[in-house]
Amino acid sequence: MKTYIRLFFYGDIPGQETGSAPAPQGPKNDWPLWEVFIRSKQGLDHKHVGSLHATDAQMAIENARDVYTRRQEGVSIWVVKSQDIHASRPEESGELYDPAADKIYRHPTFYDLPDEINHM
Amino acid sequence: MSVHDLEKHFQDTIDAEIKIEPLDWMPDAYRKTNIRQISQHAHSEIVGMLPEGNWISRAPSLKRKAILLAKVQDEAGHGLYLYSACETLGTSREETINDLHTGRAKYSSIFNYPTLTWADIGTIGWLVDGAAIMNQVMLTRTSYGPYARAMVRICKEESFHQRQGFESLLVLSKGSEAQRAMCQDAINRWWWPALMMFGPRDSESTNSDQSMKWKIKRKTNDELRQQFVDICVEQVKLLGMTLPDPNLKWNEETKHYDFGEIDWNEFWQVVKGNGPCNLERLQARKKAWEEGAWVREAAAAHAAKKQKRADANAA
Repeated sequence: MKTYIRLFFYGDIPGQETGSAPAPQGPKNDWPLWEVFIRSKQGLDHKHVGSLHATDAQMAIENARDVYTRRQEGVSIWVVKSQDIHASRPEESGELYDPAADKIYRHPTFYDLPDEINHM
Repeated sequence: MSVHDLEKHFQDTIDAEIKIEPLDWMPDAYRKTNIRQISQHAHSEIVGMLPEGNWISRAPSLKRKAILLAKVQDEAGHGLYLYSACETLGTSREETINDLHTGRAKYSSIFNYPTLTWADIGTIGWLVDGAAIMNQVMLTRTSYGPYARAMVRICKEESFHQRQGFESLLVLSKGSEAQRAMCQDAINRWWWPALMMFGPRDSESTNSDQSMKWKIKRKTNDELRQQFVDICVEQVKLLGMTLPDPNLKWNEETKHYDFGEIDWNEFWQVVKGNGPCNLERLQARKKAWEEGAWVREAAAAHAAKKQKRADANAA
Protein backbone atom coordinates (compact mmCIF):
# COMPACT_ATOMS: atom_id res chain seq x y z
CA MET A 1 0.00 0.00 0.00
CA LYS A 2 1.29 3.42 -0.90
CA THR A 3 1.05 6.06 1.79
CA TYR A 4 1.48 9.72 1.03
CA ILE A 5 2.56 12.16 3.67
CA ARG A 6 1.95 15.78 3.05
CA LEU A 7 4.68 17.89 4.57
CA PHE A 8 4.50 21.55 5.47
CA PHE A 9 7.72 23.25 6.38
CA TYR A 10 6.81 26.89 6.10
CA GLY A 11 3.25 28.10 6.31
CA ASP A 12 1.22 27.12 3.29
CA ILE A 13 4.09 25.66 1.27
CA PRO A 14 3.89 21.90 1.04
CA GLY A 15 6.86 19.64 0.40
CA GLN A 16 6.80 16.91 -2.22
CA GLU A 17 3.97 14.54 -1.52
CA THR A 18 6.20 11.61 -0.82
CA GLY A 19 8.57 13.60 1.32
CA SER A 20 11.48 12.34 -0.80
CA ALA A 21 14.96 13.81 -0.84
CA PRO A 22 15.68 16.93 -2.86
CA ALA A 23 16.78 16.49 -6.46
CA PRO A 24 20.28 15.04 -6.78
CA GLN A 25 22.73 17.84 -7.43
CA GLY A 26 23.85 17.76 -11.05
CA PRO A 27 26.95 19.33 -12.54
CA LYS A 28 27.42 22.81 -11.20
CA ASN A 29 27.29 25.55 -13.78
CA ASP A 30 27.06 28.26 -11.18
CA TRP A 31 29.45 31.18 -11.19
CA PRO A 32 31.95 31.00 -8.34
CA LEU A 33 30.58 31.63 -4.85
CA TRP A 34 32.02 34.59 -2.91
CA GLU A 35 31.78 35.29 0.81
CA VAL A 36 30.99 38.91 1.57
CA PHE A 37 32.38 40.93 4.50
CA ILE A 38 31.18 44.45 5.27
CA ARG A 39 32.70 47.18 7.41
CA SER A 40 29.68 49.08 8.71
CA LYS A 41 31.67 52.16 9.69
CA GLN A 42 35.25 53.36 9.97
CA GLY A 43 36.85 51.92 13.09
CA LEU A 44 34.96 48.62 13.06
CA ASP A 45 35.99 45.21 11.71
CA HIS A 46 34.66 43.79 8.51
CA LYS A 47 31.95 41.30 9.39
CA HIS A 48 30.71 38.33 7.42
CA VAL A 49 27.22 38.99 6.04
CA GLY A 50 26.56 36.22 3.53
CA SER A 51 27.54 35.08 0.08
CA LEU A 52 26.72 35.57 -3.59
CA HIS A 53 27.68 34.31 -7.03
CA ALA A 54 29.73 36.41 -9.42
CA THR A 55 32.07 35.84 -12.34
CA ASP A 56 34.88 37.88 -10.83
CA ALA A 57 35.83 40.04 -7.85
CA GLN A 58 34.60 43.27 -9.38
CA MET A 59 31.16 41.86 -10.09
CA ALA A 60 31.10 40.33 -6.62
CA ILE A 61 31.73 43.74 -5.03
CA GLU A 62 29.12 45.45 -7.17
CA ASN A 63 26.53 42.77 -6.42
CA ALA A 64 27.42 42.87 -2.73
CA ARG A 65 26.73 46.60 -2.83
CA ASP A 66 23.24 45.92 -4.20
CA VAL A 67 22.45 42.96 -1.98
CA TYR A 68 24.00 43.91 1.34
CA THR A 69 24.23 47.72 1.51
CA ARG A 70 20.90 49.02 0.22
CA ARG A 71 20.48 51.07 3.40
CA GLN A 72 24.01 52.38 3.83
CA GLU A 73 25.02 49.40 5.95
CA GLY A 74 28.63 49.61 4.78
CA VAL A 75 31.59 51.79 3.96
CA SER A 76 33.87 48.99 2.79
CA ILE A 77 33.34 45.59 1.20
CA TRP A 78 35.61 42.54 1.10
CA VAL A 79 34.84 39.57 -1.10
CA VAL A 80 36.69 36.27 -0.90
CA LYS A 81 36.10 33.20 -3.02
CA SER A 82 34.38 30.69 -0.75
CA GLN A 83 36.73 27.94 -1.93
CA ASP A 84 39.68 29.94 -0.57
CA ILE A 85 38.38 29.91 2.98
CA HIS A 86 39.85 27.25 5.22
CA ALA A 87 37.90 26.41 8.33
CA SER A 88 38.62 24.58 11.55
CA ARG A 89 36.60 21.40 11.97
CA PRO A 90 33.83 21.35 14.56
CA GLU A 91 34.54 17.70 15.40
CA GLU A 92 38.09 18.66 16.40
CA SER A 93 36.98 21.52 18.62
CA GLY A 94 37.76 19.54 21.75
CA GLU A 95 41.46 19.09 21.04
CA LEU A 96 41.81 22.45 19.31
CA TYR A 97 40.59 24.56 22.19
CA ASP A 98 41.61 22.27 25.02
CA PRO A 99 44.86 24.13 25.89
CA ALA A 100 42.90 27.23 26.93
CA ALA A 101 40.37 25.39 29.06
CA ASP A 102 42.39 25.06 32.29
CA LYS A 103 44.06 28.45 32.41
CA ILE A 104 41.63 30.53 34.38
CA TYR A 105 44.53 32.67 35.63
CA ARG A 106 44.44 34.35 32.22
CA HIS A 107 41.27 36.15 33.26
CA PRO A 108 41.38 39.30 35.42
CA THR A 109 38.65 37.96 37.69
CA PHE A 110 41.02 35.21 38.89
CA TYR A 111 42.77 37.75 41.12
CA ASP A 112 41.31 38.76 44.45
CA LEU A 113 42.28 42.32 45.27
CA PRO A 114 41.35 44.60 48.17
CA ASP A 115 38.16 46.62 47.68
CA GLU A 116 40.15 49.87 47.81
CA ILE A 117 41.43 49.12 44.36
CA ASN A 118 38.44 50.01 42.24
CA HIS A 119 39.78 50.06 38.78
CA MET A 120 42.59 47.73 37.81
CA MET B 1 30.96 8.71 17.90
CA SER B 2 28.12 6.47 16.82
CA VAL B 3 25.20 7.93 14.90
CA HIS B 4 23.09 7.57 18.00
CA ASP B 5 25.57 9.64 20.03
CA LEU B 6 25.78 12.23 17.27
CA GLU B 7 22.01 12.52 17.20
CA LYS B 8 21.87 12.91 20.94
CA HIS B 9 24.60 15.55 20.90
CA PHE B 10 22.73 17.34 18.10
CA GLN B 11 19.43 17.38 19.99
CA ASP B 12 21.16 18.45 23.21
CA THR B 13 22.74 21.36 21.34
CA ILE B 14 19.35 22.46 20.06
CA ASP B 15 17.72 22.01 23.46
CA ALA B 16 20.42 24.23 24.95
CA GLU B 17 19.44 26.94 22.41
CA ILE B 18 22.80 26.72 20.66
CA LYS B 19 22.59 27.29 16.91
CA ILE B 20 23.61 24.67 14.39
CA GLU B 21 26.23 25.92 11.94
CA PRO B 22 27.03 24.65 8.41
CA LEU B 23 29.98 22.41 9.27
CA ASP B 24 28.33 20.81 12.29
CA TRP B 25 27.06 17.25 12.10
CA MET B 26 23.31 17.17 11.53
CA PRO B 27 20.81 14.42 10.75
CA ASP B 28 20.07 14.06 7.03
CA ALA B 29 16.42 14.83 7.62
CA TYR B 30 17.30 18.08 9.38
CA ARG B 31 19.46 19.10 6.42
CA LYS B 32 16.77 18.18 3.90
CA THR B 33 14.01 19.89 5.84
CA ASN B 34 16.04 23.08 6.03
CA ILE B 35 17.00 22.92 2.36
CA ARG B 36 13.35 22.59 1.40
CA GLN B 37 12.08 25.24 3.74
CA ILE B 38 14.78 27.81 3.02
CA SER B 39 14.66 27.30 -0.74
CA GLN B 40 10.88 27.51 -0.82
CA HIS B 41 11.04 30.61 1.28
CA ALA B 42 13.60 32.04 -1.18
CA HIS B 43 11.38 31.17 -4.14
CA SER B 44 8.49 32.95 -2.42
CA GLU B 45 10.52 36.14 -2.19
CA ILE B 46 11.43 35.95 -5.87
CA VAL B 47 7.98 35.02 -7.18
CA GLY B 48 6.56 37.61 -4.78
CA MET B 49 8.13 40.32 -6.90
CA LEU B 50 5.75 39.54 -9.76
CA PRO B 51 2.36 40.68 -8.40
CA GLU B 52 3.89 43.92 -7.15
CA GLY B 53 6.05 44.48 -10.20
CA ASN B 54 2.76 44.62 -12.09
CA TRP B 55 2.13 48.08 -10.58
CA ILE B 56 5.56 49.73 -10.77
CA SER B 57 4.83 51.42 -14.09
CA ARG B 58 1.31 52.33 -12.99
CA ALA B 59 1.93 53.70 -9.50
CA PRO B 60 -0.14 56.84 -8.90
CA SER B 61 2.82 59.13 -8.15
CA LEU B 62 6.58 59.28 -8.43
CA LYS B 63 6.84 58.88 -4.65
CA ARG B 64 4.77 55.69 -4.65
CA LYS B 65 6.72 54.40 -7.62
CA ALA B 66 10.05 54.94 -5.89
CA ILE B 67 8.74 53.23 -2.74
CA LEU B 68 7.40 50.27 -4.69
CA LEU B 69 10.63 49.90 -6.64
CA ALA B 70 12.60 49.87 -3.39
CA LYS B 71 10.27 47.28 -1.92
CA VAL B 72 10.48 44.98 -4.93
CA GLN B 73 14.27 45.33 -4.92
CA ASP B 74 14.23 44.32 -1.25
CA GLU B 75 12.31 41.17 -2.16
CA ALA B 76 15.05 40.26 -4.63
CA GLY B 77 17.57 40.87 -1.86
CA HIS B 78 15.60 38.68 0.54
CA GLY B 79 15.56 35.91 -2.04
CA LEU B 80 19.34 36.16 -2.30
CA TYR B 81 19.94 36.13 1.48
CA LEU B 82 17.90 32.94 1.59
CA TYR B 83 19.48 31.26 -1.45
CA SER B 84 22.81 32.05 0.17
CA ALA B 85 21.72 30.43 3.47
CA CYS B 86 20.42 27.43 1.53
CA GLU B 87 23.75 26.90 -0.21
CA THR B 88 25.53 26.52 3.14
CA LEU B 89 23.71 23.17 3.33
CA GLY B 90 25.44 21.89 0.21
CA THR B 91 23.00 22.65 -2.59
CA SER B 92 23.87 24.43 -5.82
CA ARG B 93 22.04 27.57 -6.84
CA GLU B 94 21.30 26.24 -10.29
CA GLU B 95 19.60 23.09 -8.99
CA THR B 96 17.62 25.09 -6.48
CA ILE B 97 16.29 27.34 -9.22
CA ASN B 98 15.67 24.36 -11.49
CA ASP B 99 13.52 22.85 -8.76
CA LEU B 100 11.31 25.92 -8.86
CA HIS B 101 11.06 25.91 -12.64
CA THR B 102 10.20 22.23 -12.88
CA GLY B 103 7.62 22.54 -10.12
CA ARG B 104 9.48 20.26 -7.71
CA ALA B 105 9.78 23.11 -5.26
CA LYS B 106 6.85 25.27 -4.27
CA TYR B 107 6.44 28.86 -3.18
CA SER B 108 3.81 30.53 -1.05
CA SER B 109 0.35 30.30 -2.61
CA ILE B 110 -0.42 33.92 -1.83
CA PHE B 111 1.51 34.99 -4.92
CA ASN B 112 -0.89 33.08 -7.14
CA TYR B 113 -3.51 35.78 -6.64
CA PRO B 114 -3.69 38.74 -9.03
CA THR B 115 -3.17 42.42 -8.15
CA LEU B 116 -6.23 44.03 -9.71
CA THR B 117 -6.13 47.60 -8.39
CA TRP B 118 -3.66 50.01 -6.83
CA ALA B 119 -5.20 49.33 -3.42
CA ASP B 120 -3.93 45.75 -3.73
CA ILE B 121 -0.38 47.04 -3.38
CA GLY B 122 -1.09 48.70 -0.04
CA THR B 123 -3.06 45.67 1.09
CA ILE B 124 -0.22 43.31 0.20
CA GLY B 125 2.15 45.42 2.28
CA TRP B 126 -0.20 45.45 5.24
CA LEU B 127 -1.67 41.92 5.19
CA VAL B 128 0.67 39.74 3.13
CA ASP B 129 3.89 41.21 4.47
CA GLY B 130 2.24 41.38 7.88
CA ALA B 131 1.50 37.65 7.80
CA ALA B 132 4.98 36.93 6.49
CA ILE B 133 6.50 38.95 9.33
CA MET B 134 4.70 36.79 11.90
CA ASN B 135 6.42 33.76 10.43
CA GLN B 136 9.74 35.49 9.95
CA VAL B 137 10.00 36.98 13.41
CA MET B 138 9.57 33.45 14.73
CA LEU B 139 12.26 32.24 12.33
CA THR B 140 14.88 34.71 13.63
CA ARG B 141 15.10 32.15 16.46
CA THR B 142 15.20 29.08 14.23
CA SER B 143 17.92 26.58 15.09
CA TYR B 144 19.96 26.76 11.88
CA GLY B 145 22.39 29.69 12.20
CA PRO B 146 22.58 30.96 8.59
CA TYR B 147 18.77 30.84 8.26
CA ALA B 148 18.27 32.71 11.54
CA ARG B 149 20.79 35.39 10.50
CA ALA B 150 19.14 35.85 7.10
CA MET B 151 15.83 36.27 8.94
CA VAL B 152 17.18 39.00 11.21
CA ARG B 153 18.29 40.93 8.15
CA ILE B 154 14.97 40.37 6.41
CA CYS B 155 12.84 41.34 9.41
CA LYS B 156 14.62 44.68 9.68
CA GLU B 157 13.59 45.46 6.12
CA GLU B 158 10.09 43.99 6.26
CA SER B 159 9.03 46.59 8.73
CA PHE B 160 9.32 49.22 6.00
CA HIS B 161 7.23 47.03 3.71
CA GLN B 162 4.36 46.72 6.12
CA ARG B 163 4.41 50.37 7.17
CA GLN B 164 4.42 51.73 3.63
CA GLY B 165 1.50 49.42 2.82
CA PHE B 166 -0.58 50.52 5.76
CA GLU B 167 0.21 54.18 5.13
CA SER B 168 -0.79 53.83 1.51
CA LEU B 169 -4.15 52.36 2.60
CA LEU B 170 -4.55 55.11 5.17
CA VAL B 171 -4.34 57.68 2.37
CA LEU B 172 -6.97 55.80 0.34
CA SER B 173 -9.19 55.44 3.39
CA LYS B 174 -9.30 59.22 3.73
CA GLY B 175 -9.89 59.74 0.02
CA SER B 176 -12.92 59.87 -2.22
CA GLU B 177 -15.81 57.44 -2.08
CA ALA B 178 -14.33 55.51 -4.98
CA GLN B 179 -10.94 55.29 -3.27
CA ARG B 180 -12.49 54.04 -0.05
CA ALA B 181 -14.48 51.45 -1.98
CA MET B 182 -11.31 50.32 -3.77
CA CYS B 183 -9.52 50.00 -0.42
CA GLN B 184 -12.33 47.91 1.10
CA ASP B 185 -12.52 45.72 -1.98
CA ALA B 186 -8.80 44.96 -1.83
CA ILE B 187 -9.04 44.07 1.87
CA ASN B 188 -12.01 41.81 1.11
CA ARG B 189 -10.08 39.93 -1.56
CA TRP B 190 -6.78 39.57 0.32
CA TRP B 191 -7.96 38.82 3.86
CA TRP B 192 -8.72 35.13 3.45
CA PRO B 193 -5.71 34.29 1.26
CA ALA B 194 -3.54 36.08 3.87
CA LEU B 195 -4.95 33.81 6.60
CA MET B 196 -4.20 30.82 4.39
CA MET B 197 -0.52 31.82 4.32
CA PHE B 198 -0.08 30.22 7.74
CA GLY B 199 -0.86 26.85 6.23
CA PRO B 200 -3.27 24.08 7.20
CA ARG B 201 -4.62 23.68 10.69
CA ASP B 202 -2.19 22.16 13.16
CA SER B 203 -4.20 18.94 13.10
CA GLU B 204 -3.52 18.65 9.33
CA SER B 205 0.12 19.69 9.22
CA THR B 206 1.95 16.44 9.62
CA ASN B 207 5.47 17.71 9.84
CA SER B 208 5.04 20.23 12.62
CA ASP B 209 6.08 17.93 15.45
CA GLN B 210 9.56 17.15 14.16
CA SER B 211 10.14 20.73 13.05
CA MET B 212 9.17 21.97 16.50
CA LYS B 213 11.45 19.45 18.20
CA TRP B 214 14.34 20.60 16.02
CA LYS B 215 13.30 24.20 16.62
CA ILE B 216 13.14 24.90 12.91
CA LYS B 217 9.61 26.12 13.59
CA ARG B 218 8.93 27.58 16.97
CA LYS B 219 5.23 28.30 16.80
CA THR B 220 2.46 26.32 15.15
CA ASN B 221 0.43 27.48 12.16
CA ASP B 222 -2.65 28.07 14.30
CA GLU B 223 -0.77 30.03 16.94
CA LEU B 224 0.69 32.38 14.34
CA ARG B 225 -2.65 32.76 12.54
CA GLN B 226 -4.41 33.69 15.78
CA GLN B 227 -1.72 36.23 16.61
CA PHE B 228 -2.17 37.77 13.16
CA VAL B 229 -5.97 37.97 13.42
CA ASP B 230 -5.78 39.64 16.85
CA ILE B 231 -3.48 42.34 15.52
CA CYS B 232 -5.37 42.99 12.28
CA VAL B 233 -8.76 43.38 13.94
CA GLU B 234 -7.39 46.38 15.82
CA GLN B 235 -5.47 47.83 12.88
CA VAL B 236 -8.38 47.73 10.45
CA LYS B 237 -10.30 50.06 12.76
CA LEU B 238 -7.71 52.78 12.11
CA LEU B 239 -8.53 52.51 8.42
CA GLY B 240 -12.26 52.75 9.08
CA MET B 241 -12.61 49.57 7.03
CA THR B 242 -13.87 46.10 7.94
CA LEU B 243 -12.53 42.57 7.64
CA PRO B 244 -14.81 40.34 5.54
CA ASP B 245 -15.69 37.88 8.28
CA PRO B 246 -19.08 38.03 10.04
CA ASN B 247 -17.85 35.57 12.65
CA LEU B 248 -15.06 37.77 14.00
CA LYS B 249 -15.78 38.16 17.70
CA TRP B 250 -13.82 38.84 20.86
CA ASN B 251 -13.72 35.78 23.07
CA GLU B 252 -13.49 36.80 26.71
CA GLU B 253 -12.47 33.29 27.74
CA THR B 254 -9.54 32.78 25.38
CA LYS B 255 -8.65 36.50 25.23
CA HIS B 256 -8.45 36.15 21.47
CA TYR B 257 -10.70 36.92 18.53
CA ASP B 258 -12.71 33.99 17.20
CA PHE B 259 -12.87 33.96 13.44
CA GLY B 260 -14.70 32.16 10.66
CA GLU B 261 -13.69 29.06 8.78
CA ILE B 262 -11.14 29.33 5.99
CA ASP B 263 -12.28 27.96 2.63
CA TRP B 264 -9.95 24.97 2.72
CA ASN B 265 -11.15 23.83 -0.67
CA GLU B 266 -9.81 27.04 -2.21
CA PHE B 267 -6.61 26.60 -0.20
CA TRP B 268 -5.99 23.12 -1.62
CA GLN B 269 -6.89 24.17 -5.14
CA VAL B 270 -4.27 26.93 -5.13
CA VAL B 271 -1.66 24.69 -3.49
CA LYS B 272 -2.28 22.10 -6.19
CA GLY B 273 -1.62 24.64 -8.92
CA ASN B 274 -5.14 25.71 -9.79
CA GLY B 275 -5.01 29.25 -8.41
CA PRO B 276 -5.74 32.27 -10.59
CA CYS B 277 -2.06 32.92 -11.50
CA ASN B 278 -0.06 29.72 -10.83
CA LEU B 279 0.75 29.13 -14.49
CA GLU B 280 1.49 32.76 -15.25
CA ARG B 281 3.92 33.14 -12.32
CA LEU B 282 5.97 30.11 -13.24
CA GLN B 283 6.05 31.08 -16.89
CA ALA B 284 7.27 34.56 -15.97
CA ARG B 285 10.11 33.10 -13.88
CA LYS B 286 11.15 30.66 -16.62
CA LYS B 287 11.02 33.38 -19.25
CA ALA B 288 13.25 35.64 -17.15
CA TRP B 289 15.71 32.79 -16.62
CA GLU B 290 15.83 31.78 -20.29
CA GLU B 291 16.03 35.31 -21.64
CA GLY B 292 18.82 36.07 -19.20
CA ALA B 293 20.91 33.14 -20.41
CA TRP B 294 22.93 35.22 -22.86
CA VAL B 295 23.78 37.72 -20.12
CA ARG B 296 25.09 34.95 -17.88
CA GLU B 297 27.10 33.48 -20.73
CA ALA B 298 28.51 36.85 -21.79
CA ALA B 299 29.53 37.71 -18.23
CA ALA B 300 31.29 34.37 -17.84
CA ALA B 301 33.09 34.82 -21.18
CA HIS B 302 34.15 38.34 -20.21
CA ALA B 303 35.52 37.16 -16.87
CA ALA B 304 37.44 34.32 -18.59
CA LYS B 305 38.95 36.79 -21.07
CA LYS B 306 40.00 39.17 -18.30
CA GLN B 307 41.54 36.29 -16.35
CA LYS B 308 43.47 35.13 -19.41
CA ARG B 309 44.81 38.62 -19.99
CA ALA B 310 45.86 38.91 -16.35
CA ASP B 311 47.62 35.53 -16.55
CA ALA B 312 49.43 36.58 -19.73
CA ASN B 313 50.62 39.79 -18.10
CA ALA B 314 51.84 37.91 -15.05
CA ALA B 315 53.84 35.43 -17.17
